[in-house]
Amino acid sequence: MTEQKKKTTIILFSGDYDKAMAAYIIANGAAAYDHEVTIFHTFWGLNALRKDSTVPVKKGLLEKMFAKMMPRGADRMGLSRMNFGGIGAKLIKRVIKKHNAMPLPQLIDMAKEQGIKLVACQMTVDLLGLQQDELIDGIEFAGVAAYLADASEGNVNLFI
Amino acid sequence: MNADKVLDAKGFACPMPVVRAKKAIDELEAGQVLEVHTTDKGSKSDLTAWAKASGHTVVNMKEENGVFTFWIKKG
Repeated sequence: MTEQKKKTTIILFSGDYDKAMAAYIIANGAAAYDHEVTIFHTFWGLNALRKDSTVPVKKGLLEKMFAKMMPRGADRMGLSRMNFGGIGAKLIKRVIKKHNAMPLPQLIDMAKEQGIKLVACQMTVDLLGLQQDELIDGIEFAGVAAYLADASEGNVNLFI
Repeated sequence: MNADKVLDAKGFACPMPVVRAKKAIDELEAGQVLEVHTTDKGSKSDLTAWAKASGHTVVNMKEENGVFTFWIKKG
């Protein structure tokens, strides 16, 4: 029998570009370590999973407002510090390019490629008025119990 | 040193060297050697730690003109 794989779980609560980038770098590194990796997206972290195009869905006024005010997709997220109304995020992307680091959207693609489990917290998806069609394909929807099932076997558990 | 496979990860930043190395070593048989070239200064500790944790052995390592070369034997 082969040795059971180690597990890494990350809760991505933040909707900041830099924090999400850190989460996805750790996740991709853990996958290279041959860990089974889960990223559980909740609250603002769900924005990382949004499609960057508008998806025609029916929603109420409040949900529409939320959809407008939150970043549509990983590439539109702002920085946790020195964002300066989005200028900071633009600058950091230039720096990322200069240093040949991976921008967030590519890190997410690589995570999927490496078989990292991307989970959206269903309760907060509902709270923020998001619908499944507005989120990228290949993700799972779950709640706290599913997260705990993974986390209680986790060797690395992070909240970002 | 003879390598069974050479991986050029020069210019890549964290976490790419480790991610690429993992992909490359998955294609090798146990006992075969992967040669990795990197320029990321963090990769010196990163690849060493990754190899150890994944059961591989860093047989040799050198640094020349800012390029790190690792020979990693698959465990």
